[in-house]
Amino acid sequence: MTTATAEGRPSFFARFVPRNLFRAQTLIILVVVVTIAYLAIVPLGYLLWGTFFDEQGFTLRFFEEAYARFPLTELLANSFTFAIGSTTISVVIGTTLAYLHARTDVPFKRLIFAASLVPLIIPGILHTVAWILLLSPEIGVLNAWLEPFFRGPAFNIYSLPGMIWVEGLHLSPLVFLLMFAAFRSMDPSLEESALMSGARMRTVVRRITLPLVVPALSAAVLVMMVRVLEAFEVAQILGSQARRWVFVSRIYESLDTFPAKYGEAGAYAMSLLLLTSIGVFVQSRLSRRGKAFQTVTGKGFRPRPLPLGRWRWPASGLVLVYFLIAVVMPVLILIYSSLLPFYSGPSAEQFSRFTLDNYVATFTRPHSLNALRNSLVLGIGTATALMFFMAIASWLVVRTKLPGRWLVDNLAFSPLAIPGLILGVALLFVYLRFPLPIYGSLWILFIAYCTRYMPYGMRYSSSSMYQISGELEESAQTSGASWWQTFRRVNLPLLMPGLIAGWIYIVLVSFRELSSSILLYSPGNEVLSILIWERWENGQFTQLAALGMVMVACLVLLVVIASRLGARIGVKEH
Amino acid sequence: MQTEREPNVVEMRVEEAEDDSPAMLQVKDLVKTFPPSRSEKDRVAAVNGVSFDVPAGQMYTLLGPSGCGKTTTLRCIAGLERPDRGEIVVSDRVLFSSGRGVNLRANERGLGMVFQSYAIWPHMNVFRNVAFPLQVLQQRERPDKREIAERVGEVLRVVRLDHLADREATDLSGGQQQRLALARALVMRPPLLLLDEPLSNLDAKLREEMRFELKRLQRTLGITAVYVTHDQVEALAMSNRIAVMRDGTVEQIGKPRDVYERPTSRFVADFIGSSNFIDGTIADGRPADGYLITTAHGELRAHSEATLPKGTTVVLSIRPEHVGLHEGGPRPEEAHAWSGTVQARAFLGESVDHVVDVGSGFEVRARCNPSLSIPPGTQVTVSFAESACSLIPADA
Repeated sequence: MTTATAEGRPSFFARFVPRNLFRAQTLIILVVVVTIAYLAIVPLGYLLWGTFFDEQGFTLRFFEEAYARFPLTELLANSFTFAIGSTTISVVIGTTLAYLHARTDVPFKRLIFAASLVPLIIPGILHTVAWILLLSPEIGVLNAWLEPFFRGPAFNIYSLPGMIWVEGLHLSPLVFLLMFAAFRSMDPSLEESALMSGARMRTVVRRITLPLVVPALSAAVLVMMVRVLEAFEVAQILGSQARRWVFVSRIYESLDTFPAKYGEAGAYAMSLLLLTSIGVFVQSRLSRRGKAFQTVTGKGFRPRPLPLGRWRWPASGLVLVYFLIAVVMPVLILIYSSLLPFYSGPSAEQFSRFTLDNYVATFTRPHSLNALRNSLVLGIGTATALMFFMAIASWLVVRTKLPGRWLVDNLAFSPLAIPGLILGVALLFVYLRFPLPIYGSLWILFIAYCTRYMPYGMRYSSSSMYQISGELEESAQTSGASWWQTFRRVNLPLLMPGLIAGWIYIVLVSFRELSSSILLYSPGNEVLSILIWERWENGQFTQLAALGMVMVACLVLLVVIASRLGARIGVKEH
Repeated sequence: MQTEREPNVVEMRVEEAEDDSPAMLQVKDLVKTFPPSRSEKDRVAAVNGVSFDVPAGQMYTLLGPSGCGKTTTLRCIAGLERPDRGEIVVSDRVLFSSGRGVNLRANERGLGMVFQSYAIWPHMNVFRNVAFPLQVLQQRERPDKREIAERVGEVLRVVRLDHLADREATDLSGGQQQRLALARALVMRPPLLLLDEPLSNLDAKLREEMRFELKRLQRTLGITAVYVTHDQVEALAMSNRIAVMRDGTVEQIGKPRDVYERPTSRFVADFIGSSNFIDGTIADGRPADGYLITTAHGELRAHSEATLPKGTTVVLSIRPEHVGLHEGGPRPEEAHAWSGTVQARAFLGESVDHVVDVGSGFEVRARCNPSLSIPPGTQVTVSFAESACSLIPADA
């Protein structure tokens, strides 16, 4: 029971503890808030400290060392060429597909949607390896086929344009999803009124449609820029071979030498963190301002699809070519490699050597079985813990008037600006000296995944929390239910569809996490993506492909279950 | 209005549950402020010193425009808001007292509440929605399964939903959801039922139906209820007592008829029904025999219990339906009648409104029987029955 002072002013205690926070729930909430704060603040704190301080105190030594070896200008130039190039490719492809799908009668719409799932089910490392198998100057299948015409390899994947191409292609479905939502929620009457004013279709697209999606488009551009700057797989696998260094590959290289140069890695990490933070910050400001734009109302319109007329067949050709390039070719080359005893370009002779040995090996070797088990345990553990914590955190943010709740919200979202590799570095700083044996066990990966995916957990649970009327909870209270009874019997069941969606998403992304794990794993604690990485470093393409296909199968299964569950579980509507 | 056609039985019950019943709910000096928002610099007092007593068995209505603090008051009683100051007592049990440092949580108060949105839990069926308050009781107080089923069945019968117990709650119609919310609030047999604009989400026809249903239930079960609404017709039709609220304070408390016919302020007269307001000064008279008032448009007579010395400025409030209207000049028996011209008329179905210019652009609205309809431009006489004029001090 809280108290009020005799004068009637709520006491200090009463003012800072909302009306229904007592005993058990105070404890639960405290644990949640402290955990979020710990996950969000501590690694960055250690990173800052480790980068700016050495035994003698404050120092910029690590920055000097880092940029003496690699001029900042070169890193910046490479990083931004990479980011701008990939962003351009992904935004052009993604926006075109989104427009075609959302607003026109283009055929093969299902193919576009299937392609949009690719980055979800094909992890970056597999995608990159697939493109190496297609376009490497030595073993690239496409290069081999094109050789007669070019007298030499037509493409070199190990180059800045190669990096831009692979990363841009991998990110284009993400732009598609972002822009699809924007095109879908746009009021079609805005375009129709332009048509009625006598404007031609081309003019309408240029003067009405595109300006209206500018907020969504600029958000997509920023998100992609940050994503590319963070992207580890392409930058490391293709970039280090091409000697085209960007921030992430420099961080990895500084740690991959002996002895590891932590201070130098920290210096690169701080520089990159500054860039990504600016991107995330500007993007959040933009999206806040974008709300003033009345076009995107969130109301579900079903706009009349625009007849493409004679452009219908060229457009569908475009969709087919995209599907071929983005899905069919990478997947086929991986399946093909996974069936070979040792890698060689496709030929009739090779087809006769097909074998399932690689798959058998994957499922019989204790090493890979262990990795599969680790990945599953980590994915499920992370998703379960996060969704439970974030359900409580979102309740705190959405429902209470607790002072400082915005801080909890911001803390939960802050890891969005932290690239996975930097989080890995930061956690190394924390746990290498930590008294408990966190480093060297699966726990450090668990902590890393929880931190990285905290924003997703928060987004899923708070958006469903916003959809539940506060009166549903209040009526449980007035019915005599305690805080925990209310949470368990009213909030949790109502949140369940959102929590399950978030849970599956987090299992998915944890399953393929590489950029934090690569710095934090220890022998015996490998996860599936690490195993793939090791196979790549050893040049075992065929085993890598088999392992990759097993992983893809797991991810496809999860996506299918997700869509099935999503359709069935939830508030019963008839 | 529909109330007049209500059976007298109900009216008699209303009279029975009068002020001599002990107070079921006492609210004393309630203050609730909210933190300053972007538009306001200081804390905003949503409720600013509200006091009232609700006798047992009464339907007590808090009536007022949006933002007057009626819902905040109700939520303070429910325990969903924490008041800054004041005391809330339900049948001798102190629920909140700033002086004594008591603040029971909403789930410890044992009150029933019906929300504006009904707040039916969509993941439970009808039975489980109603059973919930019984199921969440402390172990030692919780009835066994059989008794829960019995009590739920009983209360569902009362609201006539017993045949739908296994139905998903989301399958119910608006009116049925409303009754379900009521059943859930009643299953605990609470000493006090709180109703937050429960009818505002229903369409007009259903609302009228539910109004009587709710009134019937409240009267037959003898429930004490606090009812919050901004709809004056609803308030007049359902209540034993009405407290009209404005800007966080109670403006007037009274029986529906008194509040309607004897408003003590211009705000109350204006908010409940429509009214003609005429400024004037007391020319003569005493509380016993009524006052003579001079206005810019002529003289009028009105009653008031208050002693008003000569020269006091007052406002007269006259309901349009109490304004007499006929063609031609004043008749001899009309002591205080004014001449004027019909400016406009509107056919409203149950009545015809005439707007009459009584000189220098001052307009009087008269609500007449539909059989009377006078075209604009006609010379007419308006008259005011002495008993129909309410005298309001000019500053109220």
